[in-house]
Amino acid sequence: MSDIPNPAAPIADPRGASLLMPDSRTKRRNAAEGRFKIYGILAIGVGLLMLLTLLFTIISRGTGAFQQTYITLSVPLLEEKLDKKGNRDLADIRKVSTFGYTPLMSAAFEAKVAEAGIDTPLKPKAMAELLSKDAAAQLRNHVLANPELIGSAVAFEFLTNSRVDGYLKGRVSRESITNDKNINAEQLDLVDALIADGSLRKRFNLDFITGADASDARPEAAGMGVAMLGSFAMMLVVLVLALPIGVAASIYLEEFAPKNWITDIIEVNISNLAAVPSIVFGILGLAVFINYMHLPNSAPLVGGLVLTLMTLPTIIISTRASLKSVPPSIRDAALGVGASKMQSVFHHVLPLAAPGILTGTIIGLAQALGETAPLLLIGMVGFIASNPPESIAEGLMAPNSAMPAQIYEWAKRADPAFYERAWGGIIILLVFLIAMNAIAVLLRRRFERRW
Amino acid sequence: MGIILTTSTVVPLVVFIALLALGGYILARRRAMTSTGGDSRRLHSLPSYYGYNAVMSVTVPALLALGIWLLVQPMFVQSSVMEMIPAQAVPEGSSVNLVMRDVRRLAEGLDNAVQAGVMTSAEATDLTATDGLRMWLAEQGVAIGGDINPEILAAAQAYREMNLTGHVARNLVVVLLALAGVLLALRESHAEFRARNRVELGIKALLILAASLAILTTLGIVLSMLFETINFFRLHPWTDFFFGSSWAPNFRGDSDLSILPLLWGTLYISLIALLVAVPIGLFAAIYLSEYAGPKVRATAKPLLEILAGIPTIVYGLFALLTVGPFLVQVFGRGEAGFLGVDWMSGATSVLTAGLVMGIMLIPFVSSLSDDIINAVPQSLRDGSFGLGATQSETIRQVVLPAALPGIVGAVLLAASRAIGETMIVVLGAGAIARVSANPLEAMTTITTRIVSQLTGDSDFASPETLVAFALGLTLFVLTLGLNVLALYIVRKYREQYE
Repeated sequence: MSDIPNPAAPIADPRGASLLMPDSRTKRRNAAEGRFKIYGILAIGVGLLMLLTLLFTIISRGTGAFQQTYITLSVPLLEEKLDKKGNRDLADIRKVSTFGYTPLMSAAFEAKVAEAGIDTPLKPKAMAELLSKDAAAQLRNHVLANPELIGSAVAFEFLTNSRVDGYLKGRVSRESITNDKNINAEQLDLVDALIADGSLRKRFNLDFITGADASDARPEAAGMGVAMLGSFAMMLVVLVLALPIGVAASIYLEEFAPKNWITDIIEVNISNLAAVPSIVFGILGLAVFINYMHLPNSAPLVGGLVLTLMTLPTIIISTRASLKSVPPSIRDAALGVGASKMQSVFHHVLPLAAPGILTGTIIGLAQALGETAPLLLIGMVGFIASNPPESIAEGLMAPNSAMPAQIYEWAKRADPAFYERAWGGIIILLVFLIAMNAIAVLLRRRFERRW
Repeated sequence: MGIILTTSTVVPLVVFIALLALGGYILARRRAMTSTGGDSRRLHSLPSYYGYNAVMSVTVPALLALGIWLLVQPMFVQSSVMEMIPAQAVPEGSSVNLVMRDVRRLAEGLDNAVQAGVMTSAEATDLTATDGLRMWLAEQGVAIGGDINPEILAAAQAYREMNLTGHVARNLVVVLLALAGVLLALRESHAEFRARNRVELGIKALLILAASLAILTTLGIVLSMLFETINFFRLHPWTDFFFGSSWAPNFRGDSDLSILPLLWGTLYISLIALLVAVPIGLFAAIYLSEYAGPKVRATAKPLLEILAGIPTIVYGLFALLTVGPFLVQVFGRGEAGFLGVDWMSGATSVLTAGLVMGIMLIPFVSSLSDDIINAVPQSLRDGSFGLGATQSETIRQVVLPAALPGIVGAVLLAASRAIGETMIVVLGAGAIARVSANPLEAMTTITTRIVSQLTGDSDFASPETLVAFALGLTLFVLTLGLNVLALYIVRKYREQYE
């Protein structure tokens, strides 16, 4: 029993310290441990901080676009100016261009200023400069829609120009306008007086969401609506083409394809296509669909075709994953009761995989919705998408923009008023993306089966 | 029937085929059933398969013919009409292609006029007077770029004539094919016919067709860029493209078109992006997979991945309007700036684009590395802990070396993403091609030059436009090479632990 050490005897410690007291090396190692952990937390913190900064920037700079400054004026629609023959014939009224309406509006502005008792050195013409260049067109469209109004005075809310709007939103200040030809200090005085009077105010601007784009000189009238329709048309094309083709390709590769070199080539191709830069798909679209097939430039159909090719790998990869997750017992059971291979796939495997396929498709569509680079090459930028398409065929074939391309277009313009529009456009785009991803997550939660 | 044969649009034709297919389905099914006296047990296949067989034999050949015709006829007509245009009909400074566009427009205008009932089809064919035609067409809403001379009018009439004949021939062929299909299917529909096998064979062919679209796309990408690249090298020396030193496109000709300055900008920006993304992404992945509890992981990981779902145009705008001006505030502006230095003049710079691209790549690096670190077997960690190593020592000396090949693969994939990224650099990097080491200067990249050479009115016969295809091909080869390498490394690494 001599080999049992005496428990009372002190344990020889080579470093001469107690177990309860960490020595310097242990301390160093523990500090390194702590530091390492902090690096990790910092990295995640930086990532999340970037996300927050991005979202904060988007929201703080974009929400302004949903508000617009309007001025309420009562415009007398003089019959002798707008409908000389007095027969309320629309064709005759249409002949009066926006120039015919401008004097009416200057007069209305002057009357407004006089009525409010505002003392200003400005001439009526300089007063009317506060209105948007779009205001006369606004009035004209209203009159054309309601010709019976001619002869009476209508109270109407007109867009003010972007400088006035910027003044109310804090983008334009009295210091910043010293070199600005479009507005001067007297005009801002008038604006202040009109705000005090209550006739000039900021309110929610539905036209930004539903309206059309406007030319460089009229940022206050620019809207996202037509570009949104262009995006919808493209998504329609992508959905109609990419979903069936993607599902068919996945079914073949997952269920029927023999293991040989041709299948290998197809698989390698698909995984490589998923990593090809999107701009290369744009070059493909330009060379094949526009230069070779002579499909119309800037048409959402072409955009949709290009995005289809881009989205296909995503859809194929997710569809194959959900086909793979259906257990082989389902197939075996179907074959066992006499179904053919094709029947077992189409009647049993495919319905069970459908939620997963749908989820993957929605995520692919969301990806395609935000893609910009290929659209630049097939010409969906650089013009003003001003008229909403009148039919589905026109929506597919007529030149249009798309949401991300419209944002790019605004970001390229010189007037800072368009930047606010671009950020606002991003908010609309992100709302769509969030909605689509939320639907995908809900579908997955609701229908996905774990075998 | 008449409208189906003379129409130029395909809609009535497709409707006709669809109706015929529907009729074929009903008739073939009924015929198969009557062949056994209404006893479906004696049929080889389920009755509906006889119907589907009819649908297939109506639609597949007819639609295939229609598709091929739609592709071939415009090319054929275009080339034969182009031969008709004499050289003197092409005005100075214009090209045959531009004249052809007018010819097409004029032909469309005549078509519109006939359709609106302003002139009869015969009048449109025999029209010879060119005076006032342009004005008259403008009233009909057809704008013609150049003047209409007799040659163009004749070409337009020939174009219209050939298209009309082509449409009638096409419609005739398609209708006959569809009818033949339905008759054949009806004749086949009897009890012994193996309808299911036929239908399944057809479906399988469709599936194969869909799967091979991937190969077709790749071929399309490579060929479309290759042909134009060859055209480019015919017009421009390849030595200048690969080994020249400057990029100065000049649309009056005599441009310097070298890829090297663009490649430098691309690689420099990608390097900065990776310097941002790799440490942050890697440490985030390590923390999430080794330290974080399930709750932290379940919230932080999806939040980080939101960064990957944000469209790149958003990052581009963020670079141009937020990060760029912020950097100018820090590094520029002289005394008014934060540092009191004046090193940066504009918001667009290599650093601007690189930083923002780095943010975009964080989730890319982190989720790939996360997968790879998770794939390292637990036994390696347990062995290390058993020897008394702390967690960070285990990670640094055991887990990371084991995961290194996979992480390298992830970084390569991120690099390929960075090289091909377009919107951030278009908005954030600038447009000046230069080779400089200063990250605060604006430089340009391959993708931005592709966009700028191909947007707007491009003349596809000038080297300044065609160079975009050579750039695209280089980009494609570069990213493809990186991807293949990365996938090879990752796959090899995965096998190691399986």
